[in-house]
Amino acid sequence: MSTTLTPILTKTWGEDRSWTLESYERTQQGYQGLRAALGRERDDLVQALKDSGLRGRGGAGFPTGMKWGFLPPDDGKPRYLVVNADESEPGTCKDIPLMMANPQVLIEGVAITSFAIRCNHAFIYLRGEVAHVYRRLLRAVEEAYAAGHLGKNIHGSGFDLDVTVHAGAGAYICGEETALLDSLEGRRGQPRLKPPFPAVAGLYSRPTVVNNVESIASVPGIALHGADWFGSMGTEKSKGFGIFSLSGHVKRPGQYEAPMGITLRELIDMAGGMRDPEKALKFWTPGGSSTPIFTAEHLDVPLDFDSVASAGSMLGTRALQIFDETVSVVRAVSRWTDFYMHESCGKCTPCREGTWWLSQILHRIEAGQGLQEDIDKLLDICDNILGRAFCALGDGATSPITSAIQYFREEFEAGMHTPAAELFPPAASTLFGSKESVSA
Amino acid sequence: MAQFGEQTASGHLHVSPESKAPYDADVLAQLRADAETIIARYPVPRSALLPMLHLVQSVDGYITGRGIAVCAEMLDLTLAEVSAVATFYTQYKRHPNGEYTVGVCTNTLCAIMGGDEIWQSVSEHLGIGHDETTADGKITLERIECNAACDYAPVVMTNWEFFDNQTPESTVQLVDDLRAGKDVTPTRGPNKVCTFKQTSRLLAGFNDGLADEGVSAGPASTEGTRLARAKGWVAPGDDAPQANEEVHP
Ligand SMILES: Cc1cc2nc3c(=O)[nH]c(=O)nc-3n(C[C@H](O)[C@H](O)[C@H](O)COP(=O)(O)O)c2cc1C
Ligand code: SF4
Repeated sequence: MSTTLTPILTKTWGEDRSWTLESYERTQQGYQGLRAALGRERDDLVQALKDSGLRGRGGAGFPTGMKWGFLPPDDGKPRYLVVNADESEPGTCKDIPLMMANPQVLIEGVAITSFAIRCNHAFIYLRGEVAHVYRRLLRAVEEAYAAGHLGKNIHGSGFDLDVTVHAGAGAYICGEETALLDSLEGRRGQPRLKPPFPAVAGLYSRPTVVNNVESIASVPGIALHGADWFGSMGTEKSKGFGIFSLSGHVKRPGQYEAPMGITLRELIDMAGGMRDPEKALKFWTPGGSSTPIFTAEHLDVPLDFDSVASAGSMLGTRALQIFDETVSVVRAVSRWTDFYMHESCGKCTPCREGTWWLSQILHRIEAGQGLQEDIDKLLDICDNILGRAFCALGDGATSPITSAIQYFREEFEAGMHTPAAELFPPAASTLFGSKESVSA
Repeated sequence: MAQFGEQTASGHLHVSPESKAPYDADVLAQLRADAETIIARYPVPRSALLPMLHLVQSVDGYITGRGIAVCAEMLDLTLAEVSAVATFYTQYKRHPNGEYTVGVCTNTLCAIMGGDEIWQSVSEHLGIGHDETTADGKITLERIECNAACDYAPVVMTNWEFFDNQTPESTVQLVDDLRAGKDVTPTRGPNKVCTFKQTSRLLAGFNDGLADEGVSAGPASTEGTRLARAKGWVAPGDDAPQANEEVHP
């Protein structure tokens, strides 16, 4: 195995009281990056981020420094940083443990970023369904204020910053950055027409940077150790490290922080192999349910933005959901489609209506009652959503379906006569079912 | 959103008469004072609406007509504007919620890892379905979407605290304990689960002081960190620690 793990954001997870400011300052050179940044020119910091090659960790992989650079020149009026902590894409589970175990690295990133983009009031929009993470963030902000890392005239620099941690109320679509802004303004979380992009007219119609938790948490390291340090990890076009989240049928599901470009074969090996070596890998998502599925033939695709795209999917959030041969792909896709139907915000017709129809058809295929023309109908509806929906949720809803039909068409055909549960008895896939069979 | 509101046949959103009964004066005074605190956090008052709706649930146990009226009045919005927001988000409950919301993740990964079996057992055990509440008012059962804990599948949430790696048996035990009034401890969270109203107050942004309870991270979250330590793997610039192989037997 050539690639090794690079614990940076995850380094102190699990240690006693790792979430406290005391632990952060003692074990991770906490707030040294902020002190260094406050002594630099703001434009230098933006340039350093550009040089680092950091690409957004929230899914789309947009270069972070470039995004900051898009803000119009300072006109003396407010501009905002909004951290996207809505983490709800199925399979994605990195930001939540990060904020639970190491919230201070995010707060330091918020302070450095706000200084760089001339923001005096930053927001962290956290999904509402994670009470303990909200406590840890509220506490982290309190501690940072008390230590003078936030508030007025931070460390004598003349820079003021307030941070508000805001809890959402349950809606996947609020992870989409413009829906998030509407939600933060106290509205229904529905996407806005772009342009204007948030950099020009975002929160309260003011210039706004929206970045993912892990993107912002990567900033202190870059501020402290430099762009070259960051770029020494990863690949040419996907620099640095990222947290890779393994779930499903591997021996040790969990968070593995590694350079961009590691492969699933390497990661599964690190995770102790498949949960049952007798049962082969069948399909997996590289970056959440909205990214087209891969199969065993993609085990050696480097997990960086461009390699995954060339292989026909998207790196997304590095949410690697692993399914072995006991799993019905039809059942998996049908359930994901229910999710998109439930979470469609209803603003545009292709997605609102289309996800409903997709769900109806997939249910009957799953039940073994599919009609002859159903596969073509699914593809046709997907074709009418992809590229025609108002936001990327609609596009994402089509990914699992079209990719699953591409690789496993015969399983959808079997759904014309045989229920998925008969072909793939669900009990064989469960965590506890497998434990029983091991002990038996 | 599959359903908008509890609608009558004529399409009206149903708000029960008792949910419009006025607040007692002292309750109202406290609610307004708390709401002012929330509003002060934001440059524009309307941003306070989501936390204020959590606050209403912390008092009433669901989104009431009177709670909607207070939000509308304080933020200078119409009742329809507030209702439109309240009906968009799944955490806002349209009828009295149980003391504990027990949510079973049945999104694909959890479902396949056993979430479907858990859902079926606990739903049969309690005799209620999605968004229904036991007659004793203790438990509201929900099918929930991905809660960002996939490495702990199958996952159950109780008042939005994590119960990781659950089984049908453990979940039935959980709801029995809750109904018997016993304290229950989440896998990653405070020492005991708060009530629905207490959690709602937290979500309105009022720190309950429990952040220092509970673990830093669960075992799955630290798999990579422990493996790296065992192998002596470090990030560039870090000193290599002594490799110690005690981590994975
Ligand atoms: C339906 C949908 C849900 C999304 N959910 C999230 C999310 O939970 N967290 C996140 O950071 N980005 C999410 N995104 C991506 C954001 O729109 C945005 O690209 C991202 O927050 C930008 O941050 P980054 O450049 O640091 O990655 C979502 C996008 C869509 C279309
Ligand atoms: S694609 Fe779906 S989620 Fe996005 S705006 Fe349209 S209806 Fe809403």
